[in-house]
Amino acid sequence: MLLIHCPYCDEERPELEFRHAGEAHIERPTDIKSISDEEFMKFFFLRDNPKGVAYERWRHMHGCGRFFNAVRDTVSDKFVMTYEAGKPRPDGDELRAKSKETNQ
Amino acid sequence: MSGANRIAGAGRLTPAKTVRFTFDGEIYTALEGDTLASALVANGVHLMGRSFKYHRARGVLGAGAEEPNALMGIERDRARRQPNVRATVQEVFEGMKATSQNRWPSLAFDIGAVNNLMSPFFAAGFYYKTFMWPKAAWQKLYEPIIRGAAGLGVSPDEADTDHYASRYVHCDVLVIGGGVCGLSAALAAAKSGASVVICDEQAQMGGALAYENGVTLYDEAGFDWAGKTAAELAGMDNVRVLTRTTAFGYYVQNFVALSERVTDHLAEPDADLPRERLWQVRAKRVIIATGAIERHMVFANNDRPGIMLSSAARTFLNHYGVAVGTKVGVYTANDSAYETAFDLKRVGVSVEAIVDCRDNPGEGKLSTAADLGITVKTGHSVTNTKGARRITAMVVERNGGGGAKTIAVDALIMSAGWTPSVHMFSQSRGKVAWDADTQRFLPGDYAQDCVSIGACNGTEDLQASVDEAIAAGEFAAKAVGGKRAANLKIAASGGGGWSGGVAGSADGAGPDTTVKAFVDFQNDVTAKDIRLAVREGMHSIEHVKRFTTNGMASDQGKTSNIHGLAIAADALSREMPAVGLTTFRPPYTPVTFGSIVNHGRGQLFDPTRKTPMHGWAEEHGAVFEDVSQWKRAWYFPRIGEDMHAAVNRECKTVREAAGVFDASTLGKIEVVGPDAAAFLDLMYTNGWGKLKPGRCKYGIMLREDGFIYDDGVVARIAEDRFHVTTTTGGAPRVLHHMEDYLQTEFPHLDVWLTSTSEQWAVIAVQGPKAREIIEPLVEDIDLSNEAMPHMSALEGKICGVPTRLFRVSFTGEAGYEVNVPADFGRAVWEAIWERAEPLGACAYGTETMHVLRAEKGFIIVGQDTDGTVTPQDAGLSWAIAKSKPDYVGIRGLMRPDLVADDRKQLVGLKTKDANTVLEEGAQVVADPNQPIPMKMLGHVTSSYWSENCGRSIAMALVAGGRAKMGETLYVPMPDRTIEVEVTGTVFFDEKGERVNG
Ligand SMILES: [Zn+2]
Repeated sequence: MLLIHCPYCDEERPELEFRHAGEAHIERPTDIKSISDEEFMKFFFLRDNPKGVAYERWRHMHGCGRFFNAVRDTVSDKFVMTYEAGKPRPDGDELRAKSKETNQ
Repeated sequence: MSGANRIAGAGRLTPAKTVRFTFDGEIYTALEGDTLASALVANGVHLMGRSFKYHRARGVLGAGAEEPNALMGIERDRARRQPNVRATVQEVFEGMKATSQNRWPSLAFDIGAVNNLMSPFFAAGFYYKTFMWPKAAWQKLYEPIIRGAAGLGVSPDEADTDHYASRYVHCDVLVIGGGVCGLSAALAAAKSGASVVICDEQAQMGGALAYENGVTLYDEAGFDWAGKTAAELAGMDNVRVLTRTTAFGYYVQNFVALSERVTDHLAEPDADLPRERLWQVRAKRVIIATGAIERHMVFANNDRPGIMLSSAARTFLNHYGVAVGTKVGVYTANDSAYETAFDLKRVGVSVEAIVDCRDNPGEGKLSTAADLGITVKTGHSVTNTKGARRITAMVVERNGGGGAKTIAVDALIMSAGWTPSVHMFSQSRGKVAWDADTQRFLPGDYAQDCVSIGACNGTEDLQASVDEAIAAGEFAAKAVGGKRAANLKIAASGGGGWSGGVAGSADGAGPDTTVKAFVDFQNDVTAKDIRLAVREGMHSIEHVKRFTTNGMASDQGKTSNIHGLAIAADALSREMPAVGLTTFRPPYTPVTFGSIVNHGRGQLFDPTRKTPMHGWAEEHGAVFEDVSQWKRAWYFPRIGEDMHAAVNRECKTVREAAGVFDASTLGKIEVVGPDAAAFLDLMYTNGWGKLKPGRCKYGIMLREDGFIYDDGVVARIAEDRFHVTTTTGGAPRVLHHMEDYLQTEFPHLDVWLTSTSEQWAVIAVQGPKAREIIEPLVEDIDLSNEAMPHMSALEGKICGVPTRLFRVSFTGEAGYEVNVPADFGRAVWEAIWERAEPLGACAYGTETMHVLRAEKGFIIVGQDTDGTVTPQDAGLSWAIAKSKPDYVGIRGLMRPDLVADDRKQLVGLKTKDANTVLEEGAQVVADPNQPIPMKMLGHVTSSYWSENCGRSIAMALVAGGRAKMGETLYVPMPDRTIEVEVTGTVFFDEKGERVNG
């Protein structure tokens, strides 16, 4: 069972308290009504599903109830870091620093 | 007498403490502390089971967790019996019943053994090839036979009456294994201030010290030191010592699962004790001290009872005081077996010969053998054995053949060397590395905060191992913030090495032979099978493993993996690491379902939710149905009524007088805030801005793809406050869905969402007399049609308690849904019932609710919709606000497929024969005479007998259904074809006048 750090509670809590909520950084188009079928397909159906670093949404379901974002390695299952919803996607340097930290 | 093979003065058991048990119905005597295996060997019983495929006679191979052969059924009573228990692990208790497996009708005479004679047909991969043709024979002939023959042991046929427990533990350091290294590491860590858990699968700590009688620590016999150290650890506040506890799974972030066998060794366990306890340990650091496992020699007929690992024979002698035979042969590629031979000889057991395939044994071995008068044949191999139910002789030849000599023996002990037990390390996702010097796989790159020490790390020398253990313990304590340094020193001497030996087939069982030299005993895999797999094109060990099933038995190849790999590598002329080592996965040893499920049985398996009125319904004879976690009153049968009669009566009564229904399970969400209406505008297809406080409306919620997600009535209580209802099962996911949008897509909206499902009890009063029933009970609310028309929701009091009174109808009748705080639910229900009953009303259940709503064509999300149904498909276009700029699903609904003409649409179906009730889920076709497979137009979603309509009614999703009104379609069933007419979905009171009462 994974331990997941909730950025709102600032606590590492067991996986059972959380629920996965799909890929992160997919924004609902503001004028969704007028987007093309192609754009809707990309927005709603297509997901990256990468091998390696993945950006995910999680919810601290049985805790504070907040949705947040996480960077997780889909090969090792390790969480590299978690961050508050709405914050920008962490860049390469930040990730490298974080993954060093967690590997120690 | 506890067995003829018990040696006076040997071992650690107390001769006076005897226990009696049965094995296959025979009564035997053992000593307290015996395992089933040691007790049987003490009584001269070596035949302990039959092998899985060939049903060959098998004896015990090991003395611990690695045992592949001696699997037993252990029984206390009919409900408490467990198959596949390793006799080497199960401790004997008074009255225990043990049964051998894989034999019929008896262990000594087994009809399945004919498989052994037919073995040419059962070569590796035979499952995949033999039973390919003819195809028809598979289902009728092959599969039942294979299924009948497969499977080890017999499952109990009654529910387990034992109970099982579960504990969570957080610690600084978890030490897996309580041998000399594990104990030393635990002591070092504990004395440095760390909180420590140490576990070992055996009944007592000590590991290999149980048989390594030449080891001293602090000038103390090794096993005595282990006992004292374990006691010292147990006495420390910061240490938990767990014996009979197997670490079976190593998961991410140092999460390790342990299974503790609490009562399996007790004759009369305290009823309060769990049989097993699952420990879920989260450790900051893990120290793996799991030792090494001895390998057998791979030679012809190496599987007869009486042939076993040298470490097993030594354990039986030095710990249990049992000699494995009277004339013992030794076959080795390693020094360890010499020590066993010497120990046996010293207590007076005849050692017929030590056959060593090496030319040069280790230092001092030959001279000690000579001193003890034991013949050593170096450069020789055992090339065959004889004996039916126990070995009677071994055939010894010079390496390369020649000079064959048959030596009579009644036991043969063997050692091909030691395999470091890297299971836990590998489970932690560490990568093993091939050590070419010692020809072993050892821990390589670590993936977690753990360390391997001692034999499982390939460390040879005892003092070096102990030093390594102490360093690991102190390092771990320091790493977790320990301030003290224990500076522990433990002087150790004695003990043999763990390296050396051979992997793969021995002389006389090589590629040019056809002998049965077993690699994997439990799955009956021979060296020949592995070579066959390579010849058939399996070039990776993962393929070889699956083709031959080598290492796939319940022992997970603890003794066989390395041999199998070596034979495959040899056949491929490649190095072992190039062929690969399979990854070890949990569990290390089999774990009972009881241990995994532990408390989660019976009432604790899944929570049962009951409404405040549950007790009343029970007292009034309700039959309940499960709706998600809820118990809901299904119908209220009166004396002499079956379900059909009860539902017919309830349906008639509601429409003629009134009915009272417990609707408390409806999901409820309070949506509050200045932007509440704006938020609901985005969550539902409907528009909410113009809804006045005190009024309510039916809402449809979509997913972004345009399909119906949920529905329910939403009431506006105040400008900034809505009372949202959801389907019974939908409440959690609807709240999750709303939270998701509120937090991440529409965070600018000032809204709070609160689950109130369990805060409100809901009593539906429906029917012509509904108002008459509740009127005298209600205060502060004018119930007149003018003040409170259909689709109103007003606050006031009922029976003196606050209520949110809804005038809504899921029946088509005039009616109310009385919401009261849950604690008042039953009292208000009873007050309503007191008025309702004399007026001729009835209590009704969910079945009647379903029929009544179907009579009116009201859908149930999840029954009449399935996640691919749009509001238009369901005939609910009227509920979509046309002018809204945005709502979830607005774009999805515009997708080409969702606006196509031929979509499945919800329609009514009337059977031509009014008495025929369709089956829900039945398919609908246009032409019943078309060839199979027929073109299916859709399916029946709801179907009932309607007493009010005097006929059957049904709804169905039918392609282009609304354009087919009045047409005849067909529902083909296995025994007949049912003719139906396509109709509208409203079967009763089509004009909808009754709701206005
Ligand atoms: Zn949280």
